Amino acid sequence: MSSQVPLAKQARKVLVGDHAVAEAVKLAKVNIVSAYPITPQTLIVERISEMIEKGELRADYVRVESEFAALATVYGAAAGGARAFTATSSHGLFYMYEMLWWAAASRVPLVMAVVTRALGPPWNIHDEHTDILAMRDSGWIIGMAQNVQEAFDMTLTAFKISENEKVLLPVAVGLDGFILSHTAEPLDVPSQEDVDTWLPPRNPRIPYVIEPGGEAITMGNLPGNDVYHAILKKYMDESMEAAKKVIAEVYDEYSKLTGRNYGVLTECYKCSDAKYLAVSMGAWSGDILNAVERLRNEGYPIGLLRIRYIRPFPEEDIGGWINGMKGVIIFDRDYSAGMGGVLASEISGLVPSSISFEGVLAGLGGFDVSADEFKTIMRDFVDKTEREGLVKIRKYWYIPKIER
Amino acid sequence: MGMVTITELHRYGRTKFIMPGTAACPGCPLQVGMRQLAMALDGKFAMVIPAGCSSVIPGIAPYTAYTVPVLHVPFASSPAVASGLVRAVRQRGINGPVVVWAGDGATADIGFAALSGAAYRNEDVLYVMADNEAYMNTGIQASGTTSWMAWTTTSPRGKTEDKKDVALIMLMHKVPYVATASIAYPMDFIDKVRRAMQIKGFKFIHLHAPCPPGWKMDDSYTVRAARLAVETGAWILWEYNQGRLTISPPSIPYKDKSRRRSLEEYIKIQGRFAHLKPEDIKLMEDKMDRQWDLILKLAEIYK
Repeated sequence: MSSQVPLAKQARKVLVGDHAVAEAVKLAKVNIVSAYPITPQTLIVERISEMIEKGELRADYVRVESEFAALATVYGAAAGGARAFTATSSHGLFYMYEMLWWAAASRVPLVMAVVTRALGPPWNIHDEHTDILAMRDSGWIIGMAQNVQEAFDMTLTAFKISENEKVLLPVAVGLDGFILSHTAEPLDVPSQEDVDTWLPPRNPRIPYVIEPGGEAITMGNLPGNDVYHAILKKYMDESMEAAKKVIAEVYDEYSKLTGRNYGVLTECYKCSDAKYLAVSMGAWSGDILNAVERLRNEGYPIGLLRIRYIRPFPEEDIGGWINGMKGVIIFDRDYSAGMGGVLASEISGLVPSSISFEGVLAGLGGFDVSADEFKTIMRDFVDKTEREGLVKIRKYWYIPKIER
Repeated sequence: MGMVTITELHRYGRTKFIMPGTAACPGCPLQVGMRQLAMALDGKFAMVIPAGCSSVIPGIAPYTAYTVPVLHVPFASSPAVASGLVRAVRQRGINGPVVVWAGDGATADIGFAALSGAAYRNEDVLYVMADNEAYMNTGIQASGTTSWMAWTTTSPRGKTEDKKDVALIMLMHKVPYVATASIAYPMDFIDKVRRAMQIKGFKFIHLHAPCPPGWKMDDSYTVRAARLAVETGAWILWEYNQGRLTISPPSIPYKDKSRRRSLEEYIKIQGRFAHLKPEDIKLMEDKMDRQWDLILKLAEIYK
């Protein structure tokens, strides 16, 4: 991280991930927040309610009766011209499912934090990415943070990205349940004045506003010809493509504000001279990087590609980094039943048949995978490829032995 | 705006609140009711419409017959969407009415949790449930407000459950305004909308809307059926306004059972009740009498 910008303008805080998200929501001067409790998201909406009670944030706080209503409410707020935010996890996200699609195709700007968590049964509040990845066809821009600072930065930038006229799609900010949501880390927070100049209030007329006495706009009635439907989907696709550039521009501006630079849709560590590539998303990327560094010390030419945004899908980045590698190993903390890891499935199409491939399913239901274990899995993959030539393992269930 | 006058209604008769060329069936009560709503609000409001007949009636995009801003939304979501929408426009200093125009399925069944949530939060919304007593848009399936014994495609031998009384459930949410209305009594409905709009908070109007194809009756019977429902006492017009519950003028004569027309007159024009036996009609009348007792007792309590 470079820091030409005086960090004096930022405040060093120690916050858990959920509170860091709330901090970003406050700085974004959100107008309307809907709240429904679900672990491990709850700390976000609790903190926001405190901020409103203390007068730190002037916003309507709507205590809704379900997550479906939570998204419907902020969707209505966005259609009425407000900057709106909500947060959820797991079962709550799935209870919203219909609204996810409606909100995205309505093209109103929205930001939602998704604190990732496994889906039951059995009941399990621990971390898994299957929930957020189930959003991926719905039209949301989807990011996954690696640490608390990035969860904060991703939330704040999300408003700017979502409200951009070239984008106008809702943005989901993912952070790993408990691993980030409930873990305190130091972070730097820009001042309100700096954020205000960078993120002005939302223009309620972009893309359109539904208001009493206003223009007789209709959103969502049946199209006269089904081809309209296809055209609208193509527009969404073009906006997703445009979002790649917008995300880059927004982070570029943001780095001038904060001194923090990120890769745009992905970040690649130790990749330029690598022959093997590990791919991951979210908080455990830190542990995987630790293992990569230790493998490097042992002479293994491996790098780590971390996916920051899974939508829009960073096809160019991933394809570019895979090109010239001998092998690619993908870590999924998620599972698509009957298929395998979601990242492995999506990325496998970019892996030429001449390159070794392994999809690893690990950490499902939230079980910890240590840097040592990552190191062993990656070393075994590299060794096997070097020993046997081409290796193709579509899915490898990494399940530690437990006492039963 | 005060009470509506006949002169005013005549003036509105020339105003196209809904443009011609809609996709509504002949004799559609929703067209009638929505026009009355628009008259009440002088055409200045925003609507949130969940899935149902009224999401099809305005015609096909990029055209629409509705002349006010409309947000079409998923089936269960309209009370929640309206909650967010009204808060957003109020923050922006806009005080006009935000109206949910929803059918009985969206209100009494799938959107019931959201309705309850918006009501208990006392959101500044007018909610009109246009009750045609079944899922008409999907082809006449029984809903929570379908009458007992009514034929639908999912109750071919008559519905076994009673009609869910959504207005009374809303009353128990302690919202400031709840009323029943009928498309056959425009002046009553319009006055109710106008009185409701003087109140900040959640307002609920249960609008009775007989549907010719869904009720298996002639297209010309829409208003006749709605009027007979009131005149037989089967549909009671009442109003709860901030602590006081009253029987509305069109229903006042029928507090006296002897002045009601025979229930059979209402039943016999509806093909959906063709299979009813005399003893069924007698049972239906008993249920109706109990409803009158309940409403009159509530009028005593909320004096």
